[in-house]
Amino acid sequence: MSDARGEILDRLRRSLKRGAHDDARAAALTARLAEHRRNLVPARAQSLDHRGQIDLFVAMAEEVEATVARVAGAAAVPQAVVDFLTRHNLPARLVMTPDPQLADIPWPAQPMLEIRRGRAADADVTGVTACFAAIAETGTLMLLSGPASPTRNNFLPDNHIAVLRAGQVTASYEDGWDRLRAAAPLPDGGFALPRVVNFITGPSRTADIEQRLVLGAHGPRRLHIILVEEAQAGHGEPTAE
Amino acid sequence: MRATSRAFKENVRHALADDNLQAAMAMLREGFPGRRANAVARLPEFEALRNEGAAIKDHVLENLDFYLERFEHNAVAAGGHVHWCRTSDEACAAVLAICRALGAKTATKGKSMIGEEIAINDYLEANGVTPIETDLGEYIVQIRHEPPSHIIAPAIHLLKEQVADSFRATHTHLDPARPLDEARQMCDEARQILRQKFLAADVGITGANFLVAETGSSIIVTNEGNGDLTQTLPKAHIVLASLEKLVPTLEDATTLLRLLARSSTGQEFSTYTTISTGPRRPEDDDGPAEYHVVLVDNGRSDLLGGEFREMLRCIRCAACINHCPVYGAVGGHSYGWVYPGPMGAVLTPTLIGIAEAGHLPNASTFCGRCESVCPVKIPLPKLMRHWREREFAQKLNPAPARWALAAWAFLALRPALYRRAAASAARLLGALGRRRGRFRTLPLAGGWTDVRDLPAPEGRSFMSLWAEREKRR
Repeated sequence: MSDARGEILDRLRRSLKRGAHDDARAAALTARLAEHRRNLVPARAQSLDHRGQIDLFVAMAEEVEATVARVAGAAAVPQAVVDFLTRHNLPARLVMTPDPQLADIPWPAQPMLEIRRGRAADADVTGVTACFAAIAETGTLMLLSGPASPTRNNFLPDNHIAVLRAGQVTASYEDGWDRLRAAAPLPDGGFALPRVVNFITGPSRTADIEQRLVLGAHGPRRLHIILVEEAQAGHGEPTAE
Repeated sequence: MRATSRAFKENVRHALADDNLQAAMAMLREGFPGRRANAVARLPEFEALRNEGAAIKDHVLENLDFYLERFEHNAVAAGGHVHWCRTSDEACAAVLAICRALGAKTATKGKSMIGEEIAINDYLEANGVTPIETDLGEYIVQIRHEPPSHIIAPAIHLLKEQVADSFRATHTHLDPARPLDEARQMCDEARQILRQKFLAADVGITGANFLVAETGSSIIVTNEGNGDLTQTLPKAHIVLASLEKLVPTLEDATTLLRLLARSSTGQEFSTYTTISTGPRRPEDDDGPAEYHVVLVDNGRSDLLGGEFREMLRCIRCAACINHCPVYGAVGGHSYGWVYPGPMGAVLTPTLIGIAEAGHLPNASTFCGRCESVCPVKIPLPKLMRHWREREFAQKLNPAPARWALAAWAFLALRPALYRRAAASAARLLGALGRRRGRFRTLPLAGGWTDVRDLPAPEGRSFMSLWAEREKRR
């Protein structure tokens, strides 16, 4: 295959009527890659203060059929989970990612909840995950894969409950990238991108039959966001992730 | 897939007489343009973003060799494999080799237009690997043994009753009397069947909306979540991507993503935007053990050097298709190959030849809606005109059309003669058509008057009216 590689690059350069870039040009392009310059970022969320961004996030998420429960602190999360399960007549069983971000939630306060920590399976009806950040601009959650946050948990269960800290809400995707780069810096100035970054905006949907919107195509039928608004030391700040 | 673009006119006759298709196309015309217009109206920066999107793509194309090498370097550093393929055949062989090495029996698939272009499904099927389309629309056309008719809504040409019939004919293990009246029921049925396929598949194949040079990542965008299950659960994730999918940074990808969903479905953002980098990490609890990117040239490197370079900016949003009055009348299958509508009219001849696809760039009124909605401002009418010029230069269009064009050119190059000829034609037709105001038939113009009336001119040519107006001032 190596000759294919060489031939494709040759043809590209012939079409561009030049040879491979010289060192100066390559260095300029390398610098462009490293500087992570932002292009135009819409004013919609950037122009708001943090409270305004949180409200915008909630409004945008609800617009795409996510539901949001705003609670005053981590202690209120188990009750919010039970409320959601009750409202939809769901079994009191959860599969939860073993995410340290969920460790401060007092689950034993709801002894009826049966919780399994780990990777989701097909039979799991409801899953709970944490988030890395949330984008106010479009009501989008940003989740990362990792040892404590298997990707499939975002997709297999019919109901996805995402626990989001108010401090994790940012204006734009670009803010999300900055937080990610700050969270996992590498000595060479780069950063460690996790295997998967999931941007999730509402529950799964399709309009492939007569353009009629149906929720729950292959991923979750419901996306329920529990937004924890109490200031949490050690959560949501870029340096603490 | 075998191209039927040569039979475009016949395809169109069938399409216009197909009541189901016409009902489905009416829904398309009502749906997509309004949703896009709403999304655009909500984002004051949209026009500025279009300029930035086009500039990013132009910058990438100008430096494509550099960004491809950088992408490869970073993808490999993250543990991935990059396969360079000159042709469809090489790309199909690369995919099969990966499947064979894993002893794969089935491969789930996310929707991929490059997959359609290289006809990977037929190839895998013929070589003992069963491909399973998982996007609902793609699944529907796969079980009907049809090609997709639209690049983001593959089953847009069908009514729900037709889908229900196909489900009953295919899912014979289910109760034949089950209700399938609503899209909801059919979606649930497909979900149940495909969930088992996701869990059992050995390999998952997706396309890529973008490849990020900075990180060696691939990005896919879906609403269903099928792409994510496709690439998360099996042993290997294979990404099929054509060369021009490169973007420099995550920031650049972000700008194009802001344009993509709004232009495409009128959503603010697609439900799932997923950035994948390499295989599962040693400490991860899930994800594919292998991550392969199959880079497909298939003519792009040559396209880069010619007058069609701007077409390589395309991000496959389908806005041009959704706003095209011709597509909206005749549907995607009429175009006879993978890419329909205005983008197809430009791209298809580059891939299967202008001799085969010459009708497509002619199937346009040059109304310009495609260019006006294109998120990366591709001058589609101009590019279609280039094809018409080439077709004429290669003497590929029919003789009467060539004679008429030659006659017109003779006059057009002699302005005084042209003016006299136009004035007398206008006078004659104006006198003949005065009573009715239109013609039902005209000699030599049957192609026009067979299907519609020709409005009669008012008796004066534009040039003489203009001259008179100027005199009065």
